[in-house]
Amino acid sequence: MDLFEYQGKQYFSRFGIAVSPGDVADTVDEAIAVANRVGYPVVVKAQVKVGGRGKAGGVKLANDVDEVRLHAGNILGLDIKGHVVRRLWIERSSDIEKEYYASFTLDRPNKTHLGMLSAQGGVEIEVVAEENPGAIAFLSIDPVRGLDIETSRRWVHEAELDEVAREQAAQLLVKLYDCYTAGDCDLAEINPLILTPDGKVHALDAKVTLDENASFRHPEWEEYRATETEDPREKMAKEKGLNYIGLDGTIGIIANGAGLAMSTLDVVNQVGGSAANFLDIGGGANADVMAAALEVINSDPKVTAIFVNIFGGITRVDEVAKGVLEALGRVTINAPIVLRLDGTNAVEGRAILAPHLNDRLITEPTMLDAARRAVSLANA
Amino acid sequence: MSIFVDENTKVIVQGLTGGQGKFHGLRNRDYGTKIVGGVTPGKGGTDVDGIPVFNSVKEAVQATGATASFVVVPPKFASAAILEAAEGGVTFIVCITEGIPAHDEAVTYNRLVEDYPNVRLLGPNCPGIISPGKCNIGITSGDIALPGGPVGIVSRSGTLTYQALYELTQHGIGQTTCVGIGGDPVPGTNFIDCLAAFEADPETKAVMMIGEIGGSEEERAAEWIKLNMTKPVVSYIAGVTAPPGRKMGHAGAIISGSKGTAQAKMDALAEAGVHVCLNPTEAGLKMVEIVQAL
Repeated sequence: MDLFEYQGKQYFSRFGIAVSPGDVADTVDEAIAVANRVGYPVVVKAQVKVGGRGKAGGVKLANDVDEVRLHAGNILGLDIKGHVVRRLWIERSSDIEKEYYASFTLDRPNKTHLGMLSAQGGVEIEVVAEENPGAIAFLSIDPVRGLDIETSRRWVHEAELDEVAREQAAQLLVKLYDCYTAGDCDLAEINPLILTPDGKVHALDAKVTLDENASFRHPEWEEYRATETEDPREKMAKEKGLNYIGLDGTIGIIANGAGLAMSTLDVVNQVGGSAANFLDIGGGANADVMAAALEVINSDPKVTAIFVNIFGGITRVDEVAKGVLEALGRVTINAPIVLRLDGTNAVEGRAILAPHLNDRLITEPTMLDAARRAVSLANA
Repeated sequence: MSIFVDENTKVIVQGLTGGQGKFHGLRNRDYGTKIVGGVTPGKGGTDVDGIPVFNSVKEAVQATGATASFVVVPPKFASAAILEAAEGGVTFIVCITEGIPAHDEAVTYNRLVEDYPNVRLLGPNCPGIISPGKCNIGITSGDIALPGGPVGIVSRSGTLTYQALYELTQHGIGQTTCVGIGGDPVPGTNFIDCLAAFEADPETKAVMMIGEIGGSEEERAAEWIKLNMTKPVVSYIAGVTAPPGRKMGHAGAIISGSKGTAQAKMDALAEAGVHVCLNPTEAGLKMVEIVQAL
C-alpha cells in the first residue's frame, strides 16, 4: 500500500524522523488555518500518489494568507495525470542548502536490505543511477544484524555528505531504517533529504510503501486504508477479501493462484480475447469467496463472458462448484460462465455442477478449450 | 532419483491439528509419504488419525527420527515455526504459508543461512514438493503427478505447478520431482538450487521451468543455465499481458519500470538456449517432443 506524502511524513514522525511542521487541509479555509498556525512562508502541496506534482502546478510557495487562498483554491480539484486533488499538505517552507537522497528497500537477489544514499538528491534516483552511478553509496544490510550507528556514520562519510550534515544524517538514517523494518515498509524513501543553511537535516518529502502482509501487527494502518482511492470494482473486491485488478477487456477472469490467473490472461489474449480483470481467489477459497468473486465480476458492465479457471491444490474444486451455484441462486449473472476445473476434489466438483449445466453454464476439459469458448461467447 | 526428498524421508507436520494441516497432512500420508508426527504446542500426547502429536519439533524429531517438516501455520507464527524446525534438527522445511511479512521472511532466511547452513527451506507461500510415487509434502494433488521421470519441474507459481504436472501426465510423461519454490520476495530455495539438483540427478533428463513477472530470478537462472546446464530446459513465463506497476497477487509479481517483464525474462532464457513457450499447454507439448526424442 502506497502512502500519500502527508501520511508518509506522519509515519516518519512516529519514528522520530524530523519533517517540516505542517498539517493536512481539505478546504481553502483549512489550508489558511494550517498556514497561520505553522507560520509563513508555507508550501502548499497536492496530495496525490503520482510523480510530477510540481510540473503540473500542484506545489506552490505562499508568502501570505492571500497566496495560500489563491494556491489552495487552484490546487484543490486539480487533475494531475488522472488523479484529482482532494487533500493538501501545508508545511512551513524550508531554506535549502543541499539536497540529498536516502532510501531503504529489499534487495531481492541478495536477500538482504539495501540502503541507498546520495549527496545528489532532489532528482529521480533512477536518473542518478543511470548518469552518475558513483554518486550513490549502496549499503547492504543483513536483516538479522540491522543498521548500527557506527555503520551509518561510515556510510554518510562514504556518500560524501557535507561535513556539517553527517552526524545528524547518520542518526536520521538509523531512525529511517527502524521505520523501514519495525514499520514494515517495502520502501522508505526521502527525496530530498535536506540540509538547511542553519545546519539542520530533515526530510522534505516522504515516499512510503507498506507491506500489507504485516497489517495484522499494525492496527494504525486502518486510517491509511480508508483514504485509498480505488476503482469501484477493486474496492468491492477488496471488501470481499479478493485479489482483483481491473482491466479493459470483455472477459471476466476468475482463477485460483496468481500465476494461474496471470496465465489465464495470457491464454485469453493468445486466442483473440481480452480480459476485463485479474482476479485471484487465493488459496483455500471456499464457496462464499467463489460466490463473491462472481458477484464482483457481474458488477462490471463490460463483461460479456466469464472464464472460471480452477486448478485445485489447497483450494477444493467442490467448494468452488458450490460457490458457483450459490452465486447463481443469489444474483442473476449477466454473462455466460465457462469453467475449467481440475485438481483437488475435481471429480466431486464436476459432479455438483453436472445437473446444472446449460448454454449459460459450460465446462470445458482444458484451459485452452475454455479460453476459446469464452472468447467465442464474448464475441457472439 | 528424486531431489531433496525420497521414499524414506520422514516428515512431521507443524500445525497438524489445524484445519489445513490436517487435510493436507493426511492427504500426504495417504499418498504414501512417511508422515511420522505432528507438532502443536499444548497438544502433545494427542493424535490426529493415528499420527502422534508432540509439543515441540525437538520432541518430535527425537521420538520419530524425522528429517523434514511441513509447516502449515498462520503467517504471524510461520517464521518462529520455521526457526523452531531448524533448531529442532530438521534439515528440510516446506512452508506453504501465504501472507508472511517480507521483513520476517528476510530475517528468517538470513538466520537459517547464518545459524543452520545445512537446512534447506522451500517456500514460504509455495505448493511444496512432490516426488511422484515416493513423497509428497505440501498441497499438490498427488493424482496429477506420474512416477518414473524423466522430467524435473521447478515453478515459482503454485497453481501453474499443478498445471505443468498435469500437462505432462496427460501425455504419459512422468516426473522425477516437482518443486514449487513460491512467489514471495525472499524464497528459501530458488530456481538455480533446483536446476543444479536436476542437472546432478541422473534420472532427470529434462527440466520444465515455470516463472512469472517480477524480480530477476528468471534472468539469474538463465545466466546459470547458459554456463552449467547440459539438459534441455523448457520454460513458460506467466504474465505477458500483465499491466506494469500492479502487484499480480504475489508480493513478488510486479513489473517495476522496464524491469521484471515477461518479455525480458523470455529473451534471457531464449538466449541461454531454453525452449521458451507461450502457454503451459505449449510447454507441455514441447516437453513431450523432447522426451520422445531422448
